[in-house]
Amino acid sequence: MYRIDFNKLRFLVCDDNPHMRRILRTLLHSFGAREVYESEDGATALEMFSHYVPDIVITDWSMPIFDGLELAQMIRQPDANSNPYAPIIMLTGHSEKRRVTMARDAGVTEFLAKPISAKSLYQRIMNVVTNPRPFIKTKNYFGPDRRRNTNNSYVGPERRVGGEMDVMQQPSLIDKARVTG
Amino acid sequence: MAKPKPPTPTVKAYADHHVITQPNRLRKAVRYVEDKELDDPVARAEQALAGLSNEFDNWMTIECNRLAAAYAVILKDGFSKPARDELFRAAHDIKGDAATFGYASAGLAAESLCRIIEHAPDIMQVPANLIAHHINAIQAIVREQTDVDRIDVASTLSTSLRSVADEYLTAANHDRPEHLEAILAPSIVPED
Repeated sequence: MYRIDFNKLRFLVCDDNPHMRRILRTLLHSFGAREVYESEDGATALEMFSHYVPDIVITDWSMPIFDGLELAQMIRQPDANSNPYAPIIMLTGHSEKRRVTMARDAGVTEFLAKPISAKSLYQRIMNVVTNPRPFIKTKNYFGPDRRRNTNNSYVGPERRVGGEMDVMQQPSLIDKARVTG
Repeated sequence: MAKPKPPTPTVKAYADHHVITQPNRLRKAVRYVEDKELDDPVARAEQALAGLSNEFDNWMTIECNRLAAAYAVILKDGFSKPARDELFRAAHDIKGDAATFGYASAGLAAESLCRIIEHAPDIMQVPANLIAHHINAIQAIVREQTDVDRIDVASTLSTSLRSVADEYLTAANHDRPEHLEAILAPSIVPED
């Protein structure tokens, strides 16, 4: 069976709520993580992202001034010096389909609706570590492949042009968000 | 701290997009373990979370006080954007945290309040009692939570508030289909 050595991973946690940061820190340390950096707003998180080069970012959405969605958009700058491919797990109280779609289009890798559980957090981390998706760069998107299912009959305006590619079979972000574990 | 040298991605170019496959730099953290060596990191984390639980009542009280303070500012100065945003964030944090802290019904009432703030066409036109009842209910649920007999009452209260809020929001958004769709859509969070 495969397991994650959390002590080889560096985390950046961004949440303006100190209680949620404490819970996340407790969970990550219990999993075995040693390096957990914390920020209470998006702007500081962006600075810490450049400085510490975390392997995985876990961010809240709703924060004052510079929120988690903007943080994701800032990280997903293809020409940035730091790592624009870093997995981003959006941990949020938002639980509407529209929000999941917005997060996906901002380049978020995994969406985790609160209330948080140890199992659901572990599963999301396991997924980004063992099952990374290729990145797609288009005129107006840079981030993990948003296709999780092959749908060759799709003819909508966002249909990519230029031949077939291998697509990883995974449940959609919304389906995964529905499963808290 | 020295930055690690970024691995080289492979790039396939298509007519209107590129597919970039990044070497999995996190694979270093994956290892195979024999069954006999297995421990359960999730169980370990749940145990650690349980160890925090003696703090949850206090945390929930702090969250409630923050919500009450945000509402007090609105009662005093009206619905300025910063005041409205702070009320939303306070309610939204309770929505996200309350179930973890053992106050699921308070979380449901907070979710209903968030929906009012987010989807009301004009927050100034929302009946003042509707917002006040939500805030009073959240505070009462947290205050009375230790009384086991009140748990059903708390659940009924939250459900009733949500029903009244949804009725108001549905009527108020009858000509705003994008909001109506969001209001009527089922939550992506499964029920317990």
